[in-house]
Amino acid sequence: MNPTETPAPPAPPVVSVLRAEHVTKTFGGLVAVNDISFDIPQHSIVSLIGPNGAGKTTLFNMLTGLYRPTEGRILLGERDITRARPDVITKHGVARTFQNIRLFGAMTAVENVMVGHHARMRAGLFGSIFRPPWVRREERETREHARELLAYVGLREPVFDRLAAQLPYGDQRRVEIARALASQPRLLLLDEPTAGMNPHESQALTEFMQTLRDELKLTILLIEHDMKVVMGVSERVTVLDYGKKIAEGEPAVVRADPGVIEAYLGRQE
Amino acid sequence: MSELRAQLQEWRSAVDNWLPPWWRRALVALLIVVGIVLPLLFSSASGFMNATIIAVAYAVMSLGLNIVVGFAGLLDLGYVAFYALGAYSLGWFGSGFFFKAHIHVLVSPVASTLPGVHLNFILILIGAGLICAAAGVVIGLPTLRLRGDYIAIVTLAFGEIIGVVAVNGQSVHVGDGMTLTAGNLGISAVDQPYFPGIGSFNLLNLRPWYWLIFAILLVVLFVNLRLRDSRLGRAWVALREDEVAAVSMGIPLVKTKLLAYAIGAAFGGMSGAFFGTYYTEVNAGQFQFGFSIFILAMVIIGGLGSIWGAVVGGLALGYINNYLIPDVLNGIPAKLGFNFQLTEVEFGIFGFLLVIMMVLRPQGLIPERRRRLELTAEIAPADAQLAEAPGTPGDGT
Repeated sequence: MNPTETPAPPAPPVVSVLRAEHVTKTFGGLVAVNDISFDIPQHSIVSLIGPNGAGKTTLFNMLTGLYRPTEGRILLGERDITRARPDVITKHGVARTFQNIRLFGAMTAVENVMVGHHARMRAGLFGSIFRPPWVRREERETREHARELLAYVGLREPVFDRLAAQLPYGDQRRVEIARALASQPRLLLLDEPTAGMNPHESQALTEFMQTLRDELKLTILLIEHDMKVVMGVSERVTVLDYGKKIAEGEPAVVRADPGVIEAYLGRQE
Repeated sequence: MSELRAQLQEWRSAVDNWLPPWWRRALVALLIVVGIVLPLLFSSASGFMNATIIAVAYAVMSLGLNIVVGFAGLLDLGYVAFYALGAYSLGWFGSGFFFKAHIHVLVSPVASTLPGVHLNFILILIGAGLICAAAGVVIGLPTLRLRGDYIAIVTLAFGEIIGVVAVNGQSVHVGDGMTLTAGNLGISAVDQPYFPGIGSFNLLNLRPWYWLIFAILLVVLFVNLRLRDSRLGRAWVALREDEVAAVSMGIPLVKTKLLAYAIGAAFGGMSGAFFGTYYTEVNAGQFQFGFSIFILAMVIIGGLGSIWGAVVGGLALGYINNYLIPDVLNGIPAKLGFNFQLTEVEFGIFGFLLVIMMVLRPQGLIPERRRRLELTAEIAPADAQLAEAPGTPGDGT
């Protein structure tokens, strides 16, 4: 063995958190996602971009179990989650936010985040009725943890016990991220998190995503339209158009790709 | 109007601040004591006692339906099915109906000499709860993929099916000349509850009946309160608010919904078993569609999703239906020179009450905390609009 060969960095494959293999989704005759393969390396931030209707959210919905792929498979680590239920996928460590915020409007911010933690709780029917000490502890810890998370995403006390529907838009986005974090994910999927934000807020969120990756050791998959955010934060960019992957690689490379410019940036102007 | 409301709000919080923090607990304890002592203030076989017993049993059903409709947001229009199944559980396991069988468990000395299946009332109560929970799961399964109005239609049909089976069960032979139900003839001579040391209940003294159903109410109330503030209760509300988000947050859809159906049904069945023995017969004619609506009206009048609302709604409609209209106000039209009795127009009265409620207090008599927050707290309109982004592509589980 030649000792100079062993430390070759590209050879030991980067551990991929999630891998999609030839995933296709059709709705009737419409091919929303067409034979897409990609993988997400651990502790990375990967962006998924593409014009409206390119199939980004459909892909998200397949990764989280809301849709079942027509073809192909999805692996979470070594585990095949192609046909798993959404709640099972959440248990295995995938959490998401939604393009159009989907909080539980009639629940308070704290309760919303507590629901996010449900996947990690054990109390069932009888535990809930008889409330033995371990259930009380679980409830209390979940509540405290929820408050900590709300503080972590930058909200302050009076907001915690207000109904989610009554919070301002920016705060709702934060609550949604806190709710996703509460399920203690390994992989966080953010669907257009900066939609409706001004450049200053987008910048703050960009930094926050990096904090999340570094502090919580998360891997983040991001759908984003704001090129500034995408170019600033992602290690890798995957571009979809009409359900197909048309480019993939480092932000700078993708930005220079003529196909991408034509399909995406050109169309935007 | 809004000034008045603000003024009331102010008074309310002033009173809240003035009362010691434990006043709610104290109030509950006081209500329980009043509930226990109440029958001693009335003659033991009065019409009022009778109405009270029925009203409390309604409150139990109302609490059960509130779990399904109020907590989990699944509009169930077939709740009468569980009343029927609970009552038949009593008919089957607490009478001489299956006359070829000779099974006796902890029943009165008289009943233990009779043919048929005779189980202690508590066992029947538990059995009725389990049977109805199973039936709740069966009816829940086909509705899992449905939402809103479609759930209502399926459950309505299920209620009707049980009603028709009850009527025609007379022709369903289960062997040895025994049938499934007695149809419109009714299963009569059902056992009265019997407890060793206390003896058999009888209809000359209604107090023990009252204490029995009151105890059932307390148990059901306790379970409701515990479930509301628990992981399961939050999961129900989350599903009600946004199913897609809830399952994405790790809430198992099938299990959580079926638990709501099962628990709600179990309470309906327990109340049904009580009615079976209290009315001394189980007759297919009792299980009409209108009864489902009646229970639903209790939940809505009380305040959808509100536990204390369900109790108050059940008691209120129980008293109006069984005391106020037939005993107190029935003669009024005649006195005014009209040629009808109030009992003949009772459905009209209930309809009128519902309309009045919807106009004056749509949130119910005792609204749920969330609804109250929604209605009282000021919403920043611009923000609320922004949050309602158009189109929900993720909307397809």
